[in-house]
Amino acid sequence: MLRKLLIGTALATSFAFSAHAADVKEVQMLHWWTSGGEAAALNVLKQDLAKEGFAWKDVPVAGGGGDAAMTALKAMVAAGNYPTASQMLGYTVLDYAAAGVMGDLTETAKKEGWDKSVPAALQKFSVYDGKWVAAPVNVHSVNWLWINKAVMDKIGGTEPKTFDDFVALLDKAKAAGVIPLALGGQNWQEATMFDSVVLSTGGPEFYKKAMNDLDEESLKSDTMKKSFDNLAKLVTYVDPNFSGRDWNLATAMVIKGDALVQVMGDWAKGEFHAANKTPGTDFLCYRFPGTDGTVVYNSDMFGMFNVPDDRKAAQVALATATLSKSFQSAFNVVKGSVPARTDVPDTDFDACGKKGIADLKKANEGGTLFGSLAQGYGAPPAVANAYKDVVSKFVHGQIKTSDEAVTELVKAIDDAK
Amino acid sequence: MSAITSPARQASSGLGAKTINRIVIYGLLALFAIFYLMPLFVMLVTSFKTMDEIQNGNMLSLPHAPTFAPWVKAWSEVCSGLTCVGMKGYFWNSIKMVVPAVLISTLLGALNGYVLTKWRFRGHTLVFAMMLFACFIPFQSVLLPMATILGSLGRFGVTLQNATGFNFGLGNSTVNLVFVHVVYGLGFTTLFFRNYYEAFPTELIKAAQVDGASFFQIFRRIMLPNSLPIIVVTVIYQFTNIWNDFLFASAYAGSGDVMPMTVALNNVVNTSTGVVEYNVNMAAAMIAALPTLIVYVVAGRYFVRGLMAGAVKG
Amino acid sequence: MSTVAETQIKLTPEHDARPGASVRSRLQDLLPKIVLAPSFAATIVFVYGFILWTIYLSFTNSKTFPSYAITGARAYQRLWRWTFESDPPSSWYTSITNMGIFGFLYILICLALGLFLAILLDQKIRGEGMLRPIYLYPMALSFIVTGVAWKWFLDPGLGLEQTLHQWGWTSFHFDWIKNKDFVIYTVVIAGVWQASGFIMAMFLAGLRGIDGEIMKAAQIDGASTFQLYRRIVIPMLRPVFLSAFIVLAHLAIKSYDLVVALTSGGPGGSAWLPSNFMYEFTFKRNEMAVGSASAVIMLMTITAIIVPYLYSELREKSR
Repeated sequence: MLRKLLIGTALATSFAFSAHAADVKEVQMLHWWTSGGEAAALNVLKQDLAKEGFAWKDVPVAGGGGDAAMTALKAMVAAGNYPTASQMLGYTVLDYAAAGVMGDLTETAKKEGWDKSVPAALQKFSVYDGKWVAAPVNVHSVNWLWINKAVMDKIGGTEPKTFDDFVALLDKAKAAGVIPLALGGQNWQEATMFDSVVLSTGGPEFYKKAMNDLDEESLKSDTMKKSFDNLAKLVTYVDPNFSGRDWNLATAMVIKGDALVQVMGDWAKGEFHAANKTPGTDFLCYRFPGTDGTVVYNSDMFGMFNVPDDRKAAQVALATATLSKSFQSAFNVVKGSVPARTDVPDTDFDACGKKGIADLKKANEGGTLFGSLAQGYGAPPAVANAYKDVVSKFVHGQIKTSDEAVTELVKAIDDAK
Repeated sequence: MSAITSPARQASSGLGAKTINRIVIYGLLALFAIFYLMPLFVMLVTSFKTMDEIQNGNMLSLPHAPTFAPWVKAWSEVCSGLTCVGMKGYFWNSIKMVVPAVLISTLLGALNGYVLTKWRFRGHTLVFAMMLFACFIPFQSVLLPMATILGSLGRFGVTLQNATGFNFGLGNSTVNLVFVHVVYGLGFTTLFFRNYYEAFPTELIKAAQVDGASFFQIFRRIMLPNSLPIIVVTVIYQFTNIWNDFLFASAYAGSGDVMPMTVALNNVVNTSTGVVEYNVNMAAAMIAALPTLIVYVVAGRYFVRGLMAGAVKG
Repeated sequence: MSTVAETQIKLTPEHDARPGASVRSRLQDLLPKIVLAPSFAATIVFVYGFILWTIYLSFTNSKTFPSYAITGARAYQRLWRWTFESDPPSSWYTSITNMGIFGFLYILICLALGLFLAILLDQKIRGEGMLRPIYLYPMALSFIVTGVAWKWFLDPGLGLEQTLHQWGWTSFHFDWIKNKDFVIYTVVIAGVWQASGFIMAMFLAGLRGIDGEIMKAAQIDGASTFQLYRRIVIPMLRPVFLSAFIVLAHLAIKSYDLVVALTSGGPGGSAWLPSNFMYEFTFKRNEMAVGSASAVIMLMTITAIIVPYLYSELREKSR
């Protein structure tokens, strides 16, 4: 396959080269940011490129958090019609790079100083075999609590510092007749919450061993069992209708005050932002209890494909614009995430954003920046999805005890490796 | 005594039973009509409501203050990705893909059916069985190999372009989609026409042959003019399937300028951030579904007639 | 052997002695095959070729992309093992048991409901022209269009349950879509909604095709309406049953967006069908070999069901 792909590319390149002498002033961009805020944020990039004279050929494929788009990408690559760039996540970038279809932006990276400004943890995915193959757009962080301030005041709650505090807070909300925990019962949401639970229960070292290194001893340890028990505890605080709910609807429950808190990545802040809510007065953002100082991240990246030479100038322009400080700031203010480079000023960000930027910097320097397993940054998709299966089956009762869950987890991950 | 009254009584009680019977039948039919109409009803009333009413009201209640704004927005403003031109722009993309695909697959199906019933050769049943079995292949499993082949055809198109100045549509997304839908529609269209022509009197063909009519003359003068019912069935079936296809369309024609209606609709509807504008989504969905709905409602009568004329016979 | 000889003998007299005419007539003889050839060739390449390709991949170690080195039947071994993991259910176990439940109920209910509605509609109903498209139209819509409406309708917080609660029936419960053990039945409901009208049309066409004289004769003989249908009409609809079965079987096996649009997989993946499994493993989990193996098993199941039917039907016909 590899060879075939390479030949395909070579052919495509040579033909295209002979057909057009002049550069193509166009970027073809595959993405799944089709809804309001995200599309608006991406539009900034489109306009930045337009200023430099590059047209934007949009290839939006929505659905399934990028599933449909990744299927389309696979078909495009199989056909040898590479887009200039595609929105991609974690291990997918590395898979495509290993297949030899990604471009090489090392020169641009050197010129722009990406090596120094982009956290090393991210470079693990954007650099393959010493070559820059992707431009990270943002850094999301998963271990957050999003709390409705009015509800918090009503029940007289304070920031929970430990898991037990958190449970006590949820109890208070329950007693006051509000839904304590807003959760969407889809496997990725449940697993995203579990990422935080594992980190909180076992601490940073344990998280890294279990969720990134997939160390079997850790996976079947008592700490893991305790994590599942803690998850089970949290699930008792959700409303009966949670199954299948979209994450943004769960966020809306918190925004409206129907629920107290949601455990979700910082993309949830984009929802508060879109609803014109201010941190501190309308809502509160805390790190998941017991996880302060550690950042469990995922990142949207623009994978850069090995396009014909006449399209390379446009690609370089796209990559440069993506990692420009102005775009990084403008985009991430809207999206709720923080810039993928650590040298972007935090002036335009709200309080939560400022905390996010500071946390990322601290975690990057302190070595506590870990990939989220639920979000595809802890292990390849086969393992990540096997993990999501087990967590989701545990939440919905197909797996009944934490003992069974741990056994299943080890088995499923082993199977998928 | 009893001999005289009983027929009358029977008749009168029969009449009563008959009326009850009719009431039951109409009642049942109406009940099922409600079941079938429910989702359409929900979509329709939602598309005329304001967002406020959707969030606070019942999904089955009629709109208090009907508004056309969602329809206007869906038609001319709604965004698919970064392009905000409404659904109207994607009609043409779908039509220029659907119409040729339906026509070609129907014509090929008719020819195949004609050959397989009136010009039989050894092994014709096997050929037919193989084409029929093709209907069952799950499309997800052909997505990648087909993409690879379309890609090579596209590169061949570039070579042709350089050599002759024309690429004959090779590599064009719309042409690709037409090709794919024709290939995977052949099983159905051949099935429909073969079963229809099976019942068509072979004597007529024989007579025409004796008169010296050629293969194509017989097809054009005798078969086609008598095929209207089955053509209607085939066209409806193919039109609906191809119009509604998302998998191939999103994988082979995802970019804005060639994107068919379903892909655009999916981009509008399938969002998971922000406040979902259900009224606009429902209006957009109705707009995207309008052509197939019209086809079914307008041609529905001929559809049953066409099925009657042979498509259902084995 | 004997059939070959026979055909050859039959063919000889048709050949003309003159060379020019011989070429033309031979071309005439070949013409039907030439016309059929492109379609058949396309089927061979794009269906059977791809099936072979899928079979091949299922014996490789293909992950994100196809890899062409044969590595053995590990994918099948895994599927085989998963087939028996029922507690907790493996995704494959869920998919195939769901296929059994869904396939059986979907086909059965569609056939029964379709026949029932067709018989009702055949009772010289006023307004048939209006009712027919109402029953038929769901087939025209994709679940990208109707998915949201169905999701709302089935959601206990928004749809039927809440509506009936508002109307005063507060003890009513309908939360199947949230329940891992019942979610597959909501998929059946939506599936039946989509296809049963189409099946109704097929039965209606079949009923209209039955000779009225036979019905009249039976009625004169004193058969009740029920008997009339059970003894005479329904047996005569046998070919319709078979075509309807083919249509439904192929729809059932291809049902994919139904599950995604309605349940996004269901609680803990409890609504999966084999097509979801195949898509998920091929495209999402980058386990193309496993995805291919599941596709092969699906195709084998289809073959086991369809081929005997095709064989009996086509052999009967050609006689």
